[in-house]
Amino acid sequence: MPRIQLEKLVKRYGDVQVLHGIDLDIEDNEFTVLVGPSGCGKSTTLRMIAGLEDVSEGEIYVDGVPVSHLEPKDRDLAMVFQDYALYPHMNVAQNISFALRLAKRPKAEIDAKVKEVADLVGLTEFLARKPGALSGGQRQRVAMARALAKDSPIFLFDEPLSNLDAKLRGQMRAELALMSQSVRKNMIYVTHDQIEAMTLADRIVVMHGGYIQQQGTPKELFNNPANKFVAGFLGMPPMNFMDAQIEQRDGATFVTGNGFDLQLHDASAKAANTHGKRDVIMGIRPSDLRFSEDPAPHRSLALDVMVSEYIGAQSVLMCKCGDSNITVEINSEIPMALGETLTFEVDPARIHLFDRESENTLKI
Amino acid sequence: MTHSPDINDPEILKPPARKRSWQQKMNRLSPYMFMVPAVVIMAIALIYPLGYMIWGSFRDWNPSQSIGEAEFVGLKNYITLWGDPNFRESLGVTLRFAFIVVGVEMILGVGLALLLDRDIRGMSVLRTMFILPMMIAPVVVGLMWRYMYHPTVGTFNRTLESMGLPKVDWLGDHALLSVIIADIWQWTPFIFILSLAALQSLPRSALEAARIDGATAWQQIWFIKLPLMLPVLIVTCLLRLIDAFKVLEVILVLTQGGPGLSTEILALRISRTATEFRELGVAAAMSNYLLILLLIFTLGMFAFTRWQEIRASRVRAAAEDAS
Repeated sequence: MPRIQLEKLVKRYGDVQVLHGIDLDIEDNEFTVLVGPSGCGKSTTLRMIAGLEDVSEGEIYVDGVPVSHLEPKDRDLAMVFQDYALYPHMNVAQNISFALRLAKRPKAEIDAKVKEVADLVGLTEFLARKPGALSGGQRQRVAMARALAKDSPIFLFDEPLSNLDAKLRGQMRAELALMSQSVRKNMIYVTHDQIEAMTLADRIVVMHGGYIQQQGTPKELFNNPANKFVAGFLGMPPMNFMDAQIEQRDGATFVTGNGFDLQLHDASAKAANTHGKRDVIMGIRPSDLRFSEDPAPHRSLALDVMVSEYIGAQSVLMCKCGDSNITVEINSEIPMALGETLTFEVDPARIHLFDRESENTLKI
Repeated sequence: MTHSPDINDPEILKPPARKRSWQQKMNRLSPYMFMVPAVVIMAIALIYPLGYMIWGSFRDWNPSQSIGEAEFVGLKNYITLWGDPNFRESLGVTLRFAFIVVGVEMILGVGLALLLDRDIRGMSVLRTMFILPMMIAPVVVGLMWRYMYHPTVGTFNRTLESMGLPKVDWLGDHALLSVIIADIWQWTPFIFILSLAALQSLPRSALEAARIDGATAWQQIWFIKLPLMLPVLIVTCLLRLIDAFKVLEVILVLTQGGPGLSTEILALRISRTATEFRELGVAAAMSNYLLILLLIFTLGMFAFTRWQEIRASRVRAAAEDAS
C-alpha cells in the first residue's frame, strides 16, 4: 500500500487562506482520522488528496511521486462521501460496478466483485433497487460497497456517518472498525466527531484554523495533549479549564486559583519551573476527579453542585469552583444533593498545565 | 352568589343553529367564489371561441354569412381536407419543420448548457447574452433575418461574395432551411436555459464520485449528467414541439409560405384559408386537426409527468419500508 505525504500544503480561495502549510506523512496500512471543528480545513485537505480541489501551494506525494497535478481518476483512490453521492438513476449493482464498467473489466469479473462486496456490506438482496428506495443506512452501505469494489489502495472518507441517526451511527462505526481490520488499505477519514476519531483511528490528526495541532495515537493525544485546543477537543465531557498561578511554598510547587490550591507532582512542577511562568491555565478531565470524603491536603477541590445530569451508571455534575464552572463525572450511586458542597480528589499526575498566552502545554 | 352556566352542557358550546349553518355554507362556497372571475374569463376567452370553432367546422361557412345562415355539411370539411394534397403537403411541412427545429435545438441547447455549466469570470453576462434572441418579438426576428437573407444586400450573401463564393438563394431554393435556421436561432436559448437550470441542480457530489470512479468528461456527460437531466429534457422537448407546431410570425414575415407551398406551415395555411379563400368552415376544421395533434402531445406530456410522480411515490414508499 502506498505511503502518502503532504508537503507544505496550502489552499487559498481568493484572498482567504484556509490551509497554512500542512505537513503530514501517512504510513502504510494506517487508519488516519483528520478531526477538528467545522471550517478547520480537514475536508479541504481530504478533497485535495482526492484531486477534487486544486492545490494552491505545496505538493502531495504518493509513494514519492507528486500527484497534485493529476485528475482524480488517475490517482487510483476510492472515496465515500458525506451525502453518499450515489448515482440516483442506477440500481445498487450498477452503482457498485460503475468504476469497473468504466475500466472495461470483463463482465464475469464485475459480477463476481459486485457479489463479493455486496455480501461484505450486507446488500445482496437490494442489488436491483435504486438508491431512492433505500434507507439512509443502506445508502451508506452502497457508498461503502462502491468504494470497496474499486480495489484502490487508498480509501478516503468524508464524514461518512454524519447523515445517520445516532443509533445507526454507532452501529456503522463498529462495522467500519471491523471492516478496516479485514481490508488493509490506507484509510483517511475526516470527521468532526471526536468519538469516531478516538474509536476508529490508528492515528488522529487534530486540525484547527487551517493548522495541524497535533497528531498521534488516540491514547497519546488523550493523555498528552500538545495544547489547550487538543485537550479541550478530545474527550467527552470536555476538559475543565481554570485560570491559575504557580506558587513556590515550603520547598514544593503549588498551582493555586480561585477556590483551589493543589500541590503539583515533580514532573509538572519541573515543567512549570523551567518555563518560569506564573500565569497558567490548569486543565483537569471530568473523569479524573474522584469523590472523596477524606481527601489528602492540597490534593482536592471543593465544588458546589449546581446541576446533575443522570445518564445511567454515570452522572455528570455541573459544579462551581470559585468563579469557574467545572464538570465532574461520578458514579450515579454516590449520594449527593443539589447545592451541596462536595470534595473531589485529583491525582497530581493528571493535572494539565498550559501557558496562558500561547495555550501550549508546559513541558520539560 | 351568582349562577354560572354549566360549561359541561354541550348545548351551551354550540352557536345558534341558524347562524352556524349559514357560516358553514359560506365556508364551503368561498373557494368557488374566488374561482368565479377566472372561470368567467376562461369561458369567454377560451371555451366560447373553441366551441364556436368546432361548431363552425361542420358548416360551409363564408365570412359574409353569420354562423346561423351557414349550411350544415357534417364532416364534409374534414373529409375534403384529408383528401386535399395541399393540406397534406402543409401538414408534412409543419411536421418536418417542427421535428427538425426541435431536434437541432435540443442538441445545440443541451450542448451549450454542458459547455457553459462552469465558473468562469463573466459567465453570467455570457449567459444573459445567450438568452437574448428569445426575448425579441417574432415579427422583429423575421424582419431581421429577411434582411440578412436578402439576395443582394443581405449579410450572408455579401459575406459569401467577399470570400469569392457563389451566392445562395436563401429564401428561394432553400426557403425551408432558412426558416429553420431562423427558428433555431431564436429558440435554442429556451432549451439552453432550462438545461442549464437542470444541470446546476444535479447533485454535485455524484459528479465528484464519478470523477473518482474514473469517468472522463464525456463519460460523465453520457452516464451521469444526461440520464439525470432526462426528465427535464423530455418536458422541454414536448413544450418546444407544441410551440413549433404553432409557429407563424417568423415564417409569415420571411417567406409568406412560399415559394410554392415549400414553407407553408399549418398555421399559415389556416389563416390564408380563412382570409384569402374565404372558407371559414374549412379553416376551422384545419384548426381542429392541429388542435388534435397538439392535444396528443400535451396529453403525452401530462402522462409523462404523472408517470414520474407515481414512480417517485412508489420509490418513496419502498424507502420508508426499508428504513
